[in-house]
Amino acid sequence: MEANTRSTGRLPAAFLTPGSSSFMDFLSEHQPELLPGKRTLPPVQGAIEAPHGTTIVAVTFPGGVVLAGDRRATMGNVIAQRDIEKVFPADEYSAVGIAGTAGLAVEMVKLFQLELEHFEKVEGAQLSLEGKANRLSTMIRSNLGMAMQGLAVVPLFAGYDVDRDKGRIFSYDVTGGRSEEQGYAATGSGSIFARGAMKKLFRDDLSEAEATTLVVQALYDAADDDSATGGPDVARRIYPIVTVITEDGFRRLSEDEAAGIARSVLERRLEQPDGPRASLL
Amino acid sequence: MSTPFYVSPQQAMADRAEYARKGIARGRSLVVLQYADGIVFVGENPSRALHKFSEIYDRIGFAAAGKYNEYENLRIGGVRYADLRGYTYDRDDVTARGLANVYAQTLGTIFSSVGEKPYEVELVVAEVGETPEQDQIYRLPHDGSIVDEHGSVAVGGNAEQISGYLDQRHRDGMTLAEALKLAVQALSRDTNGSEREIPAERLEVAVLDRTRPQKRKFKRIGGRQLGRLLEAGGAETASEAEDETDSGGDVE
Repeated sequence: MEANTRSTGRLPAAFLTPGSSSFMDFLSEHQPELLPGKRTLPPVQGAIEAPHGTTIVAVTFPGGVVLAGDRRATMGNVIAQRDIEKVFPADEYSAVGIAGTAGLAVEMVKLFQLELEHFEKVEGAQLSLEGKANRLSTMIRSNLGMAMQGLAVVPLFAGYDVDRDKGRIFSYDVTGGRSEEQGYAATGSGSIFARGAMKKLFRDDLSEAEATTLVVQALYDAADDDSATGGPDVARRIYPIVTVITEDGFRRLSEDEAAGIARSVLERRLEQPDGPRASLL
Repeated sequence: MSTPFYVSPQQAMADRAEYARKGIARGRSLVVLQYADGIVFVGENPSRALHKFSEIYDRIGFAAAGKYNEYENLRIGGVRYADLRGYTYDRDDVTARGLANVYAQTLGTIFSSVGEKPYEVELVVAEVGETPEQDQIYRLPHDGSIVDEHGSVAVGGNAEQISGYLDQRHRDGMTLAEALKLAVQALSRDTNGSEREIPAERLEVAVLDRTRPQKRKFKRIGGRQLGRLLEAGGAETASEAEDETDSGGDVE
């Protein structure tokens, strides 16, 4: 049957075939060329120059989870974009932040959002948080061929588990390996520094406001030591994207809220460039 | 080899139409009404699991009367069509008109191909616009025609009588509670003119609410919120539904 959605003809048979509630499964049967994972790269010499997104951090707090990312994309030694957005809502109760090849990552997020929405519409119910995390795993795995050629996408997935009433974080590796993180997690080039900062600042009893401050501190530390991570850009008014997911659902902090946190962090850093100090013992 | 009887094409089509209409008439009717802030779907449905109304896309809702497995099939086809189209182009490029066309083609082809049994379904595809003037409601009978409706529409068994009742009483700019009350009154009239009571728990109600901040405007209404709206419909000062007992929500 003709696979053409532009024509106003009859729905092709594949559309009316009962089966999976997954949009990706439907695509792979009906129009596999649209799936990112089905594409193959021609053999190339050396690395491919494409914008890369950098650092994403996440922190849980009682009652939810915070996911945040810096705004820089780099291409080699050049800053490709100063105000890239790398944290997206996946559905009402989860969000995904992406590090790695920006172009592929944005496409992957778009498909992931659609996958969750499609399931919800067809089944009339949401996937479990684990189910969503596993779905993302499959998508990363299908990108393995590209990852081997230097076009890796490594997301961080955070969501509010409505069955267990708590925020949870899942991190991934390039092969799609998934692991649940306790407390805090980071991905991307600045993640080593961000994780160090979070390790010293994290506590079990953070409030939502403290958790959002913590992620901005961690991103500041990442930007401090990693050239590919962007710090708060006061002159251009570009601040990190900070999102909060609680039982009320996903919420992205407004420009003003994010600016407020970033400015207060910056203010303190003018006196203490290395940030808050933890006690020795 | 026996010679088959000659059946004129007119007779064959009339038989198929009769067959489909009878199937649809066995199902309960449902109504779709415009109100000030959107479009409301109301039907009698004893089942909690098998929905008559559902979300197709951001602004597009779907309602169906007739045989469940057949309209469910069409619904999923519609969701796939809309999602694929939105994925290939943009979310704004998914329209009720496009979807209604595809459904009409599908129903029409099935209706007129001798090898297939005609679908015993009647569909409504509705899209809520930025303003009431931009709302679109399409009714799709079993034979693949499209009827562009305004204000109110009824499909299912007792449709003609119900739409007559609605046409006389529906007006633009009704509140949700008023529209809901009118819908329930229309649905509770029997073929012989007598009235019966439909309890709230047997009602399936959903809205496409243009005031919803989210991209996805479809929302189911049930439980306490429905009870409150039904009560408010009795009083003249109907307050709008405020709280969220929605099922198909998402963000921004």
